[in-house]
Amino acid sequence: MANFYTDNPELKHHLSHPLMEKIVALKERDYADADKYDYAPSDFADAMDSYDRVLEVVGEICGDIVAENAEDVDHEGASCSDGRAHYAAGTKVNLDATRKAGLMGMSMPRRLGGLNFPVTPYIMAADIVSRADAGFENLWGLQDCAETIYEFANEDQKQRFIPRVCEGETMSMDLTEPDAGSDLQSVMLKATQKPDGSWVLNGVKRFITNGDADIHLVLARSEEGTKDGRGLSMFIYDKRNGGVTVRRIENKMGIKGSPTCELVYKDAPAELCGDRKLGLIKYVMALMNGARLGIAAQSVGISELAWREALAYAKDRRQFGKAIIEFPAVSEIISTMKAKLDASRSLLYECARFVDVYKAYEDIAKERKLTPEERKEMKYYSRLADAFTPLAKGLSSEFCNQNAYDCIQIHGGSGFMKDYACERVYRDARITSIYEGTTQLQVVAAIRHVTTGTYLSRMEEYKAMPFNEEDAAVRATLEEMTAMYAKAVETVDAGKEQPGFVDFMARRLVEMAGFTIMGWLMLQDAARTRGFAKSAGVFVRWAHAQVAGHADFISRFNPAEVEAYMA
Amino acid sequence: MSLNIIVLAKQVPDTRNVGKDAMKEDGTINRSALPAIFNPEDLNALEQALSLKDKYPGSKVTLLTMGPPRAADIVREGLFRGADGGVVLSDRAFAGADTLATSYALATAARKIGDFDIIIGGRQAIDGDTAQVGPQIAEKLGLPQVTYAEEIQEVKDGCAVITRRIESGVETVSCPLPLVVTVNGSAAPCRPRNAKALMKYKRAASLTEAGVDEAMKAMLESKPYLKVEEWNAAYVDADLEQCGLAGSPTKVKCIENVVFTAKDARNVPATDEELEALIKELIENHTIG
Repeated sequence: MANFYTDNPELKHHLSHPLMEKIVALKERDYADADKYDYAPSDFADAMDSYDRVLEVVGEICGDIVAENAEDVDHEGASCSDGRAHYAAGTKVNLDATRKAGLMGMSMPRRLGGLNFPVTPYIMAADIVSRADAGFENLWGLQDCAETIYEFANEDQKQRFIPRVCEGETMSMDLTEPDAGSDLQSVMLKATQKPDGSWVLNGVKRFITNGDADIHLVLARSEEGTKDGRGLSMFIYDKRNGGVTVRRIENKMGIKGSPTCELVYKDAPAELCGDRKLGLIKYVMALMNGARLGIAAQSVGISELAWREALAYAKDRRQFGKAIIEFPAVSEIISTMKAKLDASRSLLYECARFVDVYKAYEDIAKERKLTPEERKEMKYYSRLADAFTPLAKGLSSEFCNQNAYDCIQIHGGSGFMKDYACERVYRDARITSIYEGTTQLQVVAAIRHVTTGTYLSRMEEYKAMPFNEEDAAVRATLEEMTAMYAKAVETVDAGKEQPGFVDFMARRLVEMAGFTIMGWLMLQDAARTRGFAKSAGVFVRWAHAQVAGHADFISRFNPAEVEAYMA
Repeated sequence: MSLNIIVLAKQVPDTRNVGKDAMKEDGTINRSALPAIFNPEDLNALEQALSLKDKYPGSKVTLLTMGPPRAADIVREGLFRGADGGVVLSDRAFAGADTLATSYALATAARKIGDFDIIIGGRQAIDGDTAQVGPQIAEKLGLPQVTYAEEIQEVKDGCAVITRRIESGVETVSCPLPLVVTVNGSAAPCRPRNAKALMKYKRAASLTEAGVDEAMKAMLESKPYLKVEEWNAAYVDADLEQCGLAGSPTKVKCIENVVFTAKDARNVPATDEELEALIKELIENHTIG
């Protein structure tokens, strides 16, 4: 009888952000669907009411079904036999419930069977699902691949595949190979065009999440003799046609309900998605950006669970005659967990809103020419989305790991045993800072927005926004952090002639940017909902210490000292 | 083949999470203190109907609920999950009905809906726990009945094949249509609300609910699928003598508040003699047996 949406009022706070009015109007084309579809909204309030109601269903399914099954799914895990992957019993129940509730293809347009939800409420559903069972989010969240088909496939392919996803067929993105992990340019899977123009795939893929899915997006080498990313194209493989078998599934540390497959392609028929040679350089990049936002949501959901488990245990567990939460050492950990949770969630939804605005414009641009103002706005939000996605993925996943660690610490010896959910949370959390690009690769993606000033100019915009006078001290600290960040960027820039120096400092600069931005966002949250004031204070005090530490490290560092760190 | 299915559902106070305000001084239920919910076993019944609709496309599922106008909630809940429509049977004349008068009223409404193949209801409601209404409706309509059903497996050759949960296990029976089925709580749980149906029917309402709201009435006029049917005693040609308090032979004499008084725990050594003595004692004081 739990509802993971209604028991968490922070979610509604983020859903009701002022920018949503613009987002929904764009996504709904000023509510043009209202006369065509009986489930389409007729105005902004109607749309928001629908998101709220549907998220309440997500919360109910997650609280009553998915979370209840999580432990059994973790124990049973997925399995592999006869060339196929099989879900745990609980996973099947979860999938059945989400299908019947019509929660697949949430962001797809109505004409293709979707709900036409903006990214923000969809990501909120992912946040809720992840709190219930992080491994299930992997399966459910792969509906995101439909976005790639929608953006890049031809109309006939959209008509054939997207309604199937909306009906509940699952997807996978087959990118990684034994010798192509973070470096996808090395993909070898061979795509051969037959005389009749059709394509077949041959080779091996590894570490494929939900690799036995109904519909696959496959990155393959279509240009014989090429060695780099420009020889790769994107293909759609339909399981109904056969040709791909699951050789084995990985025995993983966490997210055990999600089968991670090694796939063998033997003359597997496939169809080209989009244009040849754009597979990696255009389509995978788009796919990965969506997936990274999904992992950021997964991280936030896991953080939420970690904090709740820790809080409940600390209130219940008594030592020295009182509940352990009454000890400052314990309550500090728990309030810091909550602050990191709130901060990463604020960043997640800020990023989701940026993605929403620019994607809506991109989609509108397929129907008509954008006005110069609209184009300008699209570029503005597109740049912000590009800058905030690696921040959200990188930092939320690190926070989620820290919260999972702290959750076990709060449980003490019991946390090390298999008796409490926290040990599963700890194992599930670990992958978030690794897949869809490690934290180190998120830093690589983010650093150019440090050097080109995207982050700093956004901080200046936050500074100009109204705030609650009671938070003046928090705001003063944020101004100080912003100044420290600006100075650190200049210091590092001055040393850029030293080989490897900027790369060496990149993580520090990106963290400084991320922590400061999170702080500014929490100041905004506190201005809109007073309940966030406490968390904002806790977070900014913590973040200031981190930023000051990095600033100190950078200011005392002689660029030549970087050589001491070379292996 | 398509079936015409009626699902009997009742809005009940949630007696599963009873707080201290749940009972009034006189021992009756304080309905305002308890949330009104879809009777749990009626949800199991709805799932059976919806599964049949999945199996036999074109089938129609209609909810039938008796209660005050706010029982339209039950119809909406059904629409959100995949039902095609619903009727709220509401009239002051039905108030105070016991199971006999309730089954009479529901039977007349089922006749009014007409041409049904299966009537499915939950085994019993959590407020009364009688399990009498379903069987009485079957009797009044002169139909065969299958109680304690766990799964309606299929309909073939004019018969429904149904698994029943019985004391010592399960049995599978075949029963000719039309029939009345009451479903056990051990049957499959009801599917969740569907996002599209939820968005489509969220404004569904009865005319009573629309009240003097002209905009709402206009909407119900222009989108008839949003109108929740509301039938009164006259509409279903009910004999008022058999309705409500007048038609209810059950008279409540008194209600006793039972308070458990035992406070102490007792340790019983785990020997055969001691356990046997305990069992005898429990049988004698009617705790068990």
